[in-house]
Amino acid sequence: MPHIVAEHARRATNTSPIMELRGVKQHYAIARPLPFAPKKIVRALDGVDLRVKPGSTLGIIGESGCGKSTLARILSGLEAPSEGEVLFEGVDINSLRGAEKRHMRQNIQLIFQDPYAALDPRMSIEQILSEPFEIHPGLVPESGRRRKVQELMELVGLNPDHLGRYPHNFSGGQQQRIGIARGIALNPKVLICDEAVSALDVSVRAQVVNLLQDLQQELGLSFVFIAHDLQIVRHISDEVATMYLGRIVEHGTFAQVYDHSEHPYTQALLSAAPELRQGNGTKRELIMLQGDPPSPLDPPPGCRFHTRCPIAQARCAQAEPTLDGVGEGHNARCFFPGPIPVRSA
Amino acid sequence: MSNQTDAQQTPLLQVHDLRVEFSTSQGIATAINGVDLSVSAGQSLGILGESGSGKSVTARTIMGLLDTPPARVVGGQILLEGEDLLSLPSKVRRSLNGPRMAMVFQDALSALNPVHPVGRQIGELFRVHRGYSRAAAKRAAIELMDRVKIPAASSRVNDYPHQFSGGMRQRIVIAMALALDPQLLIADEPTTALDVTVQAQILALLKEQQVERNMGLVLITHDISVVREVTDHVAVMYAGRVVEQGPTAQVLSAPRHPYTRGLAESVASEELKGSRLPAIPGSPPDLLNLPMGCSFANRCWLATEECNGRVPTLTELGESRATACFHHEEVQPYAAHSR
Amino acid sequence: MSTATNTVTPTEGAQAAARIPGKVKGGHHYWWLRLRFIISGSIVLLVILMAALPQIFTGFGPGPTENCDILNSNLPPSALHPFGMDVQGCDYYTNVIYGARASILVGIVVSLIAFAIAAAVGAIAGYFGGWIDAVISRLCDMAFGLPFILAAIVVLQLFGQRNVWTVIFALALFSWPGGVRFMRSSVLEVRNREYVQAARLLGASNSRIIRKHIVPNAITPLLVLQTLGVGGMISAEAGLTFIGIGLTPPAVSWGLQLAAARDYIDAAPHLLIFPAVFLTITVLGFVLFGEAMRDEFDPKGK
Repeated sequence: MPHIVAEHARRATNTSPIMELRGVKQHYAIARPLPFAPKKIVRALDGVDLRVKPGSTLGIIGESGCGKSTLARILSGLEAPSEGEVLFEGVDINSLRGAEKRHMRQNIQLIFQDPYAALDPRMSIEQILSEPFEIHPGLVPESGRRRKVQELMELVGLNPDHLGRYPHNFSGGQQQRIGIARGIALNPKVLICDEAVSALDVSVRAQVVNLLQDLQQELGLSFVFIAHDLQIVRHISDEVATMYLGRIVEHGTFAQVYDHSEHPYTQALLSAAPELRQGNGTKRELIMLQGDPPSPLDPPPGCRFHTRCPIAQARCAQAEPTLDGVGEGHNARCFFPGPIPVRSA
Repeated sequence: MSNQTDAQQTPLLQVHDLRVEFSTSQGIATAINGVDLSVSAGQSLGILGESGSGKSVTARTIMGLLDTPPARVVGGQILLEGEDLLSLPSKVRRSLNGPRMAMVFQDALSALNPVHPVGRQIGELFRVHRGYSRAAAKRAAIELMDRVKIPAASSRVNDYPHQFSGGMRQRIVIAMALALDPQLLIADEPTTALDVTVQAQILALLKEQQVERNMGLVLITHDISVVREVTDHVAVMYAGRVVEQGPTAQVLSAPRHPYTRGLAESVASEELKGSRLPAIPGSPPDLLNLPMGCSFANRCWLATEECNGRVPTLTELGESRATACFHHEEVQPYAAHSR
Repeated sequence: MSTATNTVTPTEGAQAAARIPGKVKGGHHYWWLRLRFIISGSIVLLVILMAALPQIFTGFGPGPTENCDILNSNLPPSALHPFGMDVQGCDYYTNVIYGARASILVGIVVSLIAFAIAAAVGAIAGYFGGWIDAVISRLCDMAFGLPFILAAIVVLQLFGQRNVWTVIFALALFSWPGGVRFMRSSVLEVRNREYVQAARLLGASNSRIIRKHIVPNAITPLLVLQTLGVGGMISAEAGLTFIGIGLTPPAVSWGLQLAAARDYIDAAPHLLIFPAVFLTITVLGFVLFGEAMRDEFDPKGK
C-alpha cells in the first residue's frame, strides 16, 4: 500500500500538463418565457482551472448540476467555452480550424455514459470500429483495416470473430468495450470518461474499470474520470477535484481529497456515500446536508456552498473564498478549511 | 385490531414459487423463475440484483402492475396476510393498492401528474378512499408533507411537481405512498436517480418511516451499499431466481453463494486501490434461453458438472439463511474483510 | 418483423417490455396486423405488376385502343368481354387494366420525388439549424399555406396537352413541404445522439455525419409518411383528371374513364363501376400498406 501511494504521488506531481483549462466559463442563455423578461443564464462552469498530467488520472466528483458533464464536453472539444482557454500540449484547441482541428481531435476522445446510445444502431461493429480509419485514411491502409479492427477488439477483450454483429447483439458491458475500442482507435493521448461505467451493472463495472486501467498502463493514456460513484473514482484516480455549482472547491491527490478532505462539501459528499462509510478504511461520520444543491441558474452570493454548509459563518454569505493551498498540491475553496468537528450529542 | 396477533404469526407478505414470463418478438423470456420471499411487519427486506435479474418484475407482480400481455404469471402465490392476491379479481386487488400496500418508483417526476398541484394529488387519496372534504384533505396533505420533511409545507402545497427538486419530488411520492397507512411499502430503486447527498436523506426518511409505522418495507436496488444501509434482511436475485437470502449483515459479510460473494467483492473498496478489481467474468444469461442448470454456472469458479445439469434449489442453512448453490460450503469469505 | 423491438438486447428485453406498456407485439391484435400486411402487400404488388406489364393480365391480346368497333359501344359485360365495352367499342377490361399504369406511375413517382427532396432538404435544415433552418422552414410554411389541389390546378392550367409527366410535375411541385418538416424533426432528434457526437470527436466531416449517421437513422418515419402518401397522390391524379384538369386523351387512366362514364351513368353503369372499384382498392391497398409499415417501424406514431 505505501509504495502505491508513492507511485500515485509521483504521477500526480509530474508537472508539465498534457491538458489544461484556464479560467474556463460556460454560460448558457435560457430561452425567455416572455419577450422582455430578464435574460436567464445557466452558469454551468464559472471559472475552472485544471491540469491533466500525462499518464495520470484526474477524477472529478460532484453532484448533478455541478458542471461535471459540461466539463467533459469542453475538455473533449464538443463545446467551446464562452470564456477561457482549453489547452492541449500548450495549444488552445478552440483556436484551430479545419485539418488542424481534425488532427487535434485524434488526441482527445470521450467515452460516453450510455454504451448503447453511443453506437450507431445501424452499423456493424466492423463499420463502427473502422470509421476512425476512414476519417483519417492515412493511418492504416485499407487492406489492413480489418486486421486493425480485430486487434482493437482483442485489446478490449471482445471476440474478434464477432465483427459482423450489431450493437444490440451485445450486452451493456460489451457495448462499452466497443465504445472504448473506438475511443482508443486513433491512439489518443487523453481519454475523457464521462460516467463511463455508471450505466453498467456492478459485476460488469469492475471488468470495465480493470480494462481502463490496463489500457492506461499499456498505452500511457491520461484519463479524466468523471463519475458519481465515489468509490470507483477513488480507486482509479491519482488526483481528484470536487466540483460544486460550476466551481472547483477542492483539489488534491486522491489521498488528500478522500482521506484528509479540507472542504466541508467534500467531507459531506464523501460521508453521504454509504459504500465509503461501510468500508473498513477511513472511518466517516455521516454529515447530513439539508436540501438539494441550488440551481446553477441562480447561484447564491458569497461562497456557493454556504446555504447548505454545516459550518457557515456570516462572512461566507458575503465574500467568495478563493481556491487556496491547504497543503502541498492540495487546494480548497473555503474560509474555514479543515475537518468538520463531530457534534457530540 | 383483532388480526394484530395473526399478523405477527404469519408474515405480512409471502411469495411462493412465483413465475412470470414475457412474450417478446424473439420468444418467451423467463423474467421470474420460482421466487420465494417473505416480509414481516416492521421488517425491511432488500432485493438485490442487476438489470434483468427480475427484481423489478417481482415488485410489479406483487403490486399487480404488470401489463398482461406481454407478461404472464405462470405460477406461484402472493400471500398478503395469508390471502392469495393472484386469486383475487383485479378490481378487488387494485383496491388494496394504497390502504394495504404502496409502491415508490425510481422516477418521481413521471409518478406525479404534472398538471395538478402536489397538495391536490396527495389530498385526492384522502378524498377518494376516506371521503374527506376538500379542506380536510388539504390539511391532511400538509400534515403528510410535514412528516416527510418538506420545508414550508403549508406554503408549497399548491406548487406543481416541476417546481420541486428531485429529492423533494421523491419525498412527495413517498408521502403519497404513505398517505393511507399501508402495511407494506415497496420501493423500487427509490434513490437511483438522486445525488448521493440527497440519497442519504431519502434513505434516512424511508428507514425512519418504516420503523415508526412498523411497516414492512421491500427495497429493490442494484446497490449493495444501499441494502447494507437500510435493510435487515436481503434476498439476492440472479436471472429470475433468489440465489441467497438471510440477515443482511451476515449475507454480505460471509456470503454463501458465489454470485453474492463476487458482487460484494467487485465493489471497489479502499484496500483495493492500486490493484485490479476482482470482477465476475462474463455477463448474465439470456432470459430467452436460460441454461438447463444453475444460471450462474458459466461465470462461476466453483461450477462442476452437477451445476450444468440441475438447478440448485434454495436450501435452508439455519439462522434463517438460505442459499441456492451446490457448493455453498466452498464459498470462502472474501479477502478484503478477512484481513 | 422485429425491427422495432430488436434495438433491445435479449437480456434486457423482458425489462424493456415491462417498462413500455402495451406496445409489444404478441398481443391478440397480432393476427390482424399480419393479415393486413399480407393483404395490402399483395394488392400493392399486384397493381404495380399491372402497371408494369399489363399484357400479362390482358392475355397478350391487343392494346387498349386496338380492335375497337364503334358498333359495340357501351355493350354490357359478357363472357367474351367481362367488363363490357366502352363508348368507342373497345374492350373495357383491357382499358381498365392499362389504366393502372398512369395511376401507379403518378402515385409512386410523385412520392419518390417528394421523398428525395424532403430527405435532402429536411436533413440539411435539421442538421445545420440556424439561419439555414429558418429559411427552409419559412419556405415550407409558405408552400404549406397554398391549398395543394388548387396549386396543382393552377400549374396544370398552363399546359394545353397534359400527359403523365405533366401531372407528376404539377403534383410533385407542392408535395414535399410536409415531408421536409417530418424529416427535419426526426433529424433534430438524431442529431444530438451520442454516436453522432462520437463521430464528430473522431473528426468526421458534416457531410460524412449526415450521410453515414443522420440520414440512415432518421429516414424511416419519412419513408412511412411517403408510402402513406402514395394513395393520396393516386386519388389526386384521378380527381384532377376527372374534373378535366389532369390527363388528357389519348392517355389511358382510371380518372379519364370515370370522367367519360359520367355521361352514360344510366345506360352503361359498368363504365363507372369497374374503374371506380380498381381505384378504390388500389388507394386502400397503398394506405393499408403504409399503415402496416408505420406500425412495423414506428410503433409509437399512432
